[in-house]
This record gives sequence, structure tokens and C-alpha cells, in this order.
Amino acid sequence: MTAVETKPAAPVPQARNGRRLPGWARAAIVVAIGVGILAITTTLTGQYQLTSSGTTQAAVRLLLPILFAALGGLWAERSGVINIGLEGMMILGTWGAAWAGFYWGPWAAVIGGLVFGALGGVLHAIATVTFGVNHIVSGVAITLLGMGITQYLAQLIFVPLSRNPRQSPRIEGFETFSIQPLADWLAELEGQQRVLLSDAAGLLGGVVSGLTPLVVLGFLFVPVSYYVLWRSRFGLRLRSCGENPVAAASLGVNVFTYKYLAVIISGGFAGLGGAALTLNPGQLGYLEGQTGGRGYIGLAAMIFGNWRPGGLLAGAALFGYVDGVQLRAGGEAVHALLYATSILAVILAIFWAARRHWRSAAVALAAGLVVYAVYWVIPEVPREFASYAPQLVTLLVLAVASQRLRPPAAVGLEYRRGEGD
Amino acid sequence: MTRIRTVLLPPVLAIVFAALLCAVALLINGDSPLTALRVMVTQVGEGTTAVDIINTGAIYYVAGLAVAIGFQMKLFNIGVEGQFRLAACVAAIAGGALSLPPGLHTLVIILVGAAVGALWASVPALLKAYRGVHEVISSIMMNFIATGVIAYLISTEGFGVLRGNNISTDPIEPTGHFPGISFGASGTIFGFVFLAAALGLAYGFMLNRTRFGFELKASGESPTAAAAGGVDARRMVIVALLLSGAMAGLVGLPELLGRDHAYTLTSPAGYGFTGIAVALLGRNHPVGIALGALLWAFLDKSALALDNVGVPREIVLIMQGSIVLSVVIAYEIVRRYELAAEQRRVAAQLRAVTGVPAEVGS
Repeated sequence: MTAVETKPAAPVPQARNGRRLPGWARAAIVVAIGVGILAITTTLTGQYQLTSSGTTQAAVRLLLPILFAALGGLWAERSGVINIGLEGMMILGTWGAAWAGFYWGPWAAVIGGLVFGALGGVLHAIATVTFGVNHIVSGVAITLLGMGITQYLAQLIFVPLSRNPRQSPRIEGFETFSIQPLADWLAELEGQQRVLLSDAAGLLGGVVSGLTPLVVLGFLFVPVSYYVLWRSRFGLRLRSCGENPVAAASLGVNVFTYKYLAVIISGGFAGLGGAALTLNPGQLGYLEGQTGGRGYIGLAAMIFGNWRPGGLLAGAALFGYVDGVQLRAGGEAVHALLYATSILAVILAIFWAARRHWRSAAVALAAGLVVYAVYWVIPEVPREFASYAPQLVTLLVLAVASQRLRPPAAVGLEYRRGEGD
Repeated sequence: MTRIRTVLLPPVLAIVFAALLCAVALLINGDSPLTALRVMVTQVGEGTTAVDIINTGAIYYVAGLAVAIGFQMKLFNIGVEGQFRLAACVAAIAGGALSLPPGLHTLVIILVGAAVGALWASVPALLKAYRGVHEVISSIMMNFIATGVIAYLISTEGFGVLRGNNISTDPIEPTGHFPGISFGASGTIFGFVFLAAALGLAYGFMLNRTRFGFELKASGESPTAAAAGGVDARRMVIVALLLSGAMAGLVGLPELLGRDHAYTLTSPAGYGFTGIAVALLGRNHPVGIALGALLWAFLDKSALALDNVGVPREIVLIMQGSIVLSVVIAYEIVRRYELAAEQRRVAAQLRAVTGVPAEVGS
């Protein structure tokens, strides 16, 4: 999914400032700024739910399916295939997970989701890689097909069990656990109501308590994906297919094989996202329409993570967090988030002004002022809007940041064997 | 001859393939595919099914046209869904609030629908033209936001009124209705069906007989060539998406003006995605889209008969999904085949003209 029209612009010299920070340091700074902004907002608006461990815990559960979908998007797009069928593969995954989970328990549910999602990936690969169909068209078709197959199968398999074509019987979930003694210690610190310190403790406390093995797996897959795609021979070849398949083929890389593998892995991840929904402690089992467009949101998270694992984690976290806030605390808390957004926009504006990106700075500043004006004018965000805050955030982020993103060069283009001979 | 083959072969192949797939799925389940097909075909003659197919087909047709306008420029307006729902909702509110003479009232409602659809499409359009955000992502997000806005608009805080246990907008006065053609017990054909046909004609005319249509197609074929020819790419993106949105704004109106006369929480959804499927099936050609829309409507409406013979109705969803997927693959296969055939033809002609064998390999 290219979020940016690739312009044949002169390549930006990377060595503009000799002291580029390493990735982990930049991530740490971003997280610190985020916590700081939330702490200021909490103190000034009195919305303590913004940084409570309960909110973070909800956020982690909501983030997980989106994170898996985003990882799926990453693997496909790095190999040059746009996968908008993530949604359909996720739907297949929810059914597969519910079916396997009902008979053989939670780990079987994970495998079932993975396999069913991967099957959707196989279909997408056949259409896009072998036949060169437009990737988006194929993805939309796969989403339609995934919905159809799932509903048909639910009608066949679940109706005798649950008397309901839209729902599977309840399945067994994972046991939850917390990382002790850290979780208890953080909960204590959160209770002390110290500015910044308690906020940070609350945010972190939610991440280390109420975990399931699937959450741990999801978070592990981020560094694993990074390592495989950027630090292994296999991953470099896979990415070369997404950047310049002709060059890759000329060096003896079998582009078709790599693309097939990437899209199947991508489908597997999307299926895992479906399994994460099915195994969500709040609602164990398959429910028609439970994906609710999370596959598309995962794609958006990956785009504003600039097609990188760390970035997509941040994107998925932002979504999960905003979603968690609106679910737990509703319109008032989302209203306070507007305030946080305007602070963030001003900080971005200063950052870009310092780097002399005047236009970006102006856009960020204008966006910040608009958001602040909205915050000032309306006393509370209506409940109906609050539930779509994540999507609004995406639009804003894409509008502000899209110029600075770089998708794989050959993403979405058809490659045929023997091109460039 | 080859032209007809190129156009007709892929959809036929796709439908046959999808039918085979469904037959296999039914056989595994122990049902008879032939029985299923028979009850679906006989269902058309029963009750209001035939009229329903025409009415629903018209709705799908408008949705398909909306998507096709974007497709002409290689723009993927996946936001038709959100655009049409919000437009129907706002048009219903406006229609319920106004009291105008007949005819004018209907016209105002239609214009409001088109304007709201275009407005909702303008966000992805502007983001694409000025910020380079891909229209698919932004319009999907707009679909979600539309759901929120609609929920707010028809809530009791907004413009909704509670009727029974369903919330709806104020009903539109009879002056705003679009009169239909009644067939007694067989149902009523929406008057909007004829407007949909007119829209199809207008779409065909615009594409093949106007400068704008030419620029649209040129931008789709090759943006660089169009730019070299003096077409403003940025302007084209905005105009194409706005037009597509305006067309999408009309999708909800046949039912609103012909049957429901108010927008409720349970008003239908999903037409936007059907529009994508139908536009793909008809290759963005006005007549092709009409056939695709009718096929889709037939599958949807005749599926009701499957319950009577104990076949899961959901088989039709598999049928539709596999038709879309196999039709795009079929077009691709036929395109490659035609290309190879043409190369062979040209090579043969060259050999005949020059009298020397063409060079082998290069």
C-alpha cells in the first residue's frame, strides 16, 4: 500500500548531520516525549484514566490484532505485494481459530488461525504474483471471499453446536499472568499520585500485567521480523524483490518464490490477528463481524510506521491506546486526548522548524491550532465520535507525515519472469 | 470477432469457474448443486423477486458507476460505502425538514445527496492531491468516521426520533417521494431505476464524447503522457474523486425516496463494496456494469429460495467472492493471450512483407 506517490526527487543526502542517533535511542526519546505529554495532560485536565494501568491493559489487548495485521502488511509489502486482503485473511483466521480452539484448546486455536490466514495468503499470491492481477483488486476480492467462506462454514459447523450462525460456542482461552514483582511494585507507585512518576508507572504497569502467551508472541515477532528482514540473507533477498525485482532476479534471486513466501507469511500473521480476536479474554469465540476493519487499520499502522517493525509497533500502540481510552473512559477522556494532540503538534512543529522543514512545520502548527480550537469549543466529544478516534488520528497523522514516508520502491507493481532481459 | 471474444470470454469463464467451485462446496456438504440452481432460477418468477432484482440492480448499478469513475483514472474509491451512507442520512434529514412543491422537493434531496457524497470524497481527494496520501487508506478511514457521524446524526441528540424500538429521521413528506411503477402483488419498480439508466448513459457520454472523459482516461492510462499533453494531474485527481463521490451520494436514494422515506439505524449497508465488485465485473463499461449489477442482484435475491431446500444461503457469498477473484484473473489471462497472439500476427505480417525470416531470439 503506497501511501506516497513516489516522486523522482533527488535522493536526500543521509549524512546531513554526522551524529545520527541509533534507532533505540530515538524510540526511547519518542516514548519519553509521549509519556511526558500524557502526564502534562493528565495533570491539567484531571483525566486520570489516560495513564491508568487499566487503560494500558485494555490498550494491549486491542493493539494485538492490529499489530499482527500490521506485521502481515509489512512482510507482504517488503516483498513488493500490497496486501489489502489482510481483513479477509483475518476473518478466515477468526473462524479457523474458533474451530480449532473449540476442539483442541488455545494453542490449537493459534495454529488454526495461522493456517487459515495463510490459506488466504496463498490465494492472494496466486492472483498477484502468478497472474499479475492488480494487488488492491485482488485484496478486495479476497476480503469478500473470506467473508463468504467464513459465513458458510459458520453456518455448517457452528449452528449445530451453538444454535447461532453468527457465533461459535465459547472456547477455552489462555491463562493470564503478570510479570512479578514488577507489576505489583508499579501498581503501588501508581497509587501514590506523583506527577509523571505515577503516570509512567501506570502506563508501564498495564503492559506487564494481565498478559497472555499470544501477547508475548506478538511483541516478540516485532524484533524477530526486524532481525529476519534486515539482518538475514533471506530477508535482504525478500526486500530486494520489493525494491527492484529485476535487479534481484539478475543476481539469481527467485523473485516468485520469495514473493510467494512473503505473502503466505503475511496471511499467516493476519490469521494470527484473527486468532488474537477469537482468544480475547473478554469475548472468547468467533463472532460475525468481529474484525471490524482491523485489517485495514493494521495496514494504516504499518504505513505510518514507515514500513518498519518498530514504527508499526508504535502505530499499533497508538491505535490500541486511543481505543482503550475511549472504551474505558469515553468522550471526556478523548476530549483530553485532543489537548494532548495539540501539544504534540506544536512539539512537532518546533522539531521541523529546527530542521528547516518550513512547510511541514507550518502544517503541523496549523493542525495543532485546529485541534486546540476544537478542544476549546466543544465541552465533550460525543460518544459516537469517540469510538472512531483512532481512525481520525490516522487521517491526521497521514496528512502531517505522509511526505516523509518511503514505501518499498516496487510495491504494487507487476513483475513477470524474464522482465529486463 | 477477437474483440467480442476478449470482452465476453473472461466473465463467462469466471462465472463458470465460480459455479463449479460452489458445486464442489455443495457436494462436499451433501447437497445437490442442480437443485440449488433450479430453485434459484424458478425463484425469479415468484412473488416480488423479479422487481426486487431490478430495483436492487439499479442500486448496484449506481454504486458500480461511482467506483468506475475512479477506476477510469486508476483511482480506487473504496470509500463509496461511507459516502453513500452519509449522503443518504443527510439527504433524509434535509428531505424531512423541508416542505417544497413536488418535483422540486425530490430534486433538492437528490442534489443534497450528491453534494454530501462529493464532500465526503473531497477529504481523500485533497489528501491525495496535496499530501500524497493513498486514497484507499484515507477513504477506508472516512468510512469508519462516516459510521460515527451517522450514529450521531440520527441519535436523539441529533435529528433522530424514536419510533418503536428503532431510531429514524423525520419521514419525508409525499412531495419528496420519487414515484414508482406499481405491479400490484409483484411489487413496485422504483422510479429511480430510470434515473440510474440515465446516469449510465451520461457516464458513457462523458467518457467517450467529452474532453473531460478523454483527459480522465488519458490520466489513467499514463499520467506522464497526460501531463505532457497539458492535463493537470492534481486537478484531475480531485475532480475524478469528487465526481465519484457525488455519484456515490445517489446510491442510497432509490430506497430512501421509493420505499423507506426515512433513514434508520437499520438502513442497508454494504453497497459500496458491491459497487467495487460490479465495476470490476463490467470492466468499467456502462453496459458491462449493468449486466454485472443484474447478476449480483439475481444472486442476492434468489438466494432466499435456497433456505426452502435446506441449502445454506451463504453459498451465494462464496459464489460472489469467487466470481470477483476469478474474473480479474480471467481478464489478465485473456489479456496476456491476446498480446501474445498479436505479437505473432505482427511477426507473420512482417515476414510476409519483407520476405525474409524474422530474426529468431534477441
